[in-house]
Amino acid sequence: MPVTIEIPTAFRRFTDGAPKVDCSAATVAEALDALTKQFPELSRHVRDESGQIRQFLNIYLNEEDIRFLGGEACSLREGDRVLLVPSIAGG
Amino acid sequence: MTTDSVYQLRCRECGKTWGNVPRSFCEDCFSPLEVAYDYDALKKIVRRDNLSSRTFNMWRYSELLPLSEDFVAPTATGGTPLVASRKLAAQWGLKNLYLKNDAVCFPSLSFKDRVVGTALAAARRFGFETVGCSSTGNLANAVAAQAAQQGFDACVFIPGDLEPAKVLNTAVYGARIVRINGNYDHVNRLCAQIADRFQWGLVNVNLRPYYSEGSKTHGYEIAEQLGWKLPDNVVVPMAGGSLITKIAKAFKELVTLGWVEDRPVKFFGAQATGCSPISDGVKRNLARFEPQKPNTIARSLAIGNPADGPFAMKLIRESGGWAEDVSDPEIVDAIKLVAETEGIFTETAGGVTAGVAKKLIAQNRIKPEETTVVCITGNGLKTTDAIAAEFPATEAIAPRLEAFEAYLDAQLGATAAGAKA
Repeated sequence: MPVTIEIPTAFRRFTDGAPKVDCSAATVAEALDALTKQFPELSRHVRDESGQIRQFLNIYLNEEDIRFLGGEACSLREGDRVLLVPSIAGG
Repeated sequence: MTTDSVYQLRCRECGKTWGNVPRSFCEDCFSPLEVAYDYDALKKIVRRDNLSSRTFNMWRYSELLPLSEDFVAPTATGGTPLVASRKLAAQWGLKNLYLKNDAVCFPSLSFKDRVVGTALAAARRFGFETVGCSSTGNLANAVAAQAAQQGFDACVFIPGDLEPAKVLNTAVYGARIVRINGNYDHVNRLCAQIADRFQWGLVNVNLRPYYSEGSKTHGYEIAEQLGWKLPDNVVVPMAGGSLITKIAKAFKELVTLGWVEDRPVKFFGAQATGCSPISDGVKRNLARFEPQKPNTIARSLAIGNPADGPFAMKLIRESGGWAEDVSDPEIVDAIKLVAETEGIFTETAGGVTAGVAKKLIAQNRIKPEETTVVCITGNGLKTTDAIAAEFPATEAIAPRLEAFEAYLDAQLGATAAGAKA
């Protein structure tokens, strides 16, 4: 499934400056794997030592936090956008 | 006055320092940043005695805040009453109950005036001309009011379904208001992207470490108003979870500086059941909180993905405190209770805090002899919609004594007959 991962400015030093990365993936987990395979330096910023998505990294599928969609196993449709937000602020 | 050599940003996870820049997260490990101080240097700059000649508002603690050397206090923010409760305390069976009343914080009637105070000082220092925020209402009010006074352009982002009074209380100051179709967490995510794209000073995004330091003054004031003593218990409303951690930071700093004696303080967090990711995490002893879709009348606390949730949970656990939540009807009852007993009209967040305090007392987590402070953070005039149904309009009567007597008869029956005689 062709999807787009949107890369925040802070992560672009690991993606050769690319603001978006296109990949083919059936789930969010697969999309993250494709991303970190292409840019291995990003791996440790996406997952912690136990392989879990880092506590302060927020991942959205289109407009929705993936934690409301069943987590990283949630499936993707053609043209979906996966957004990474390194540390949510607000409050 | 403090200088850059006394404070700078430090990562809350990896500990790396970053100087002073408009940024909320560590570029090495992408965890949140906070302002760290050199307390040995601070001890030489300011002593507790220095404060006695200063006006009672949040700027009396300037040296303990991240301000530039040329900072001039713009408004008399903070300095709110610590009310020694009598009637509410008696009703709850407590001997030492206090309400810290930020319902009357100036200029916009919520504790958010404190955080905007330090955030706009940072915005000026970093040269921003436009400031903004993601807001559930009170913060937008505070940003709009203080931006107007200090000459910033303001652009605030709010959920589309916010209470009309809170929208009006922002609009009146001339701020640009962008309503977003979605809840606060959608607004907040959008603001993270906006801060990434535009050179704006978003007070609770890229200025967040400076912004949240303003909350400490709520804690400094509590300690000073108790006679430079720490309480046994504090009950604090939680939305993003920042305030409770900053009150703890304030108390710890006062101990470090030698301004108060060290003693254990239990931190109790309050949420609405309809948006309770932090209290749920504490009660179920989760390693990570689970985000929620908010559904509560306490819109000012309706943050389903709280930025400081992990830190708030840790603090509550380590202090021996607890977190609880209350339903919408309990919130309304608590608003009325605080008004009827203490003459304080608080907004829904205050109803949450008071309602939770009542619950904690019933659970025997807060004990009668202890000194307990309940933090009231916003004003009831902003959320009248939430309780309007409790007070239906009455029929008007003719301006005649007979009409009033008939009214009394109808209202009081036999009692009125006695009153007439």
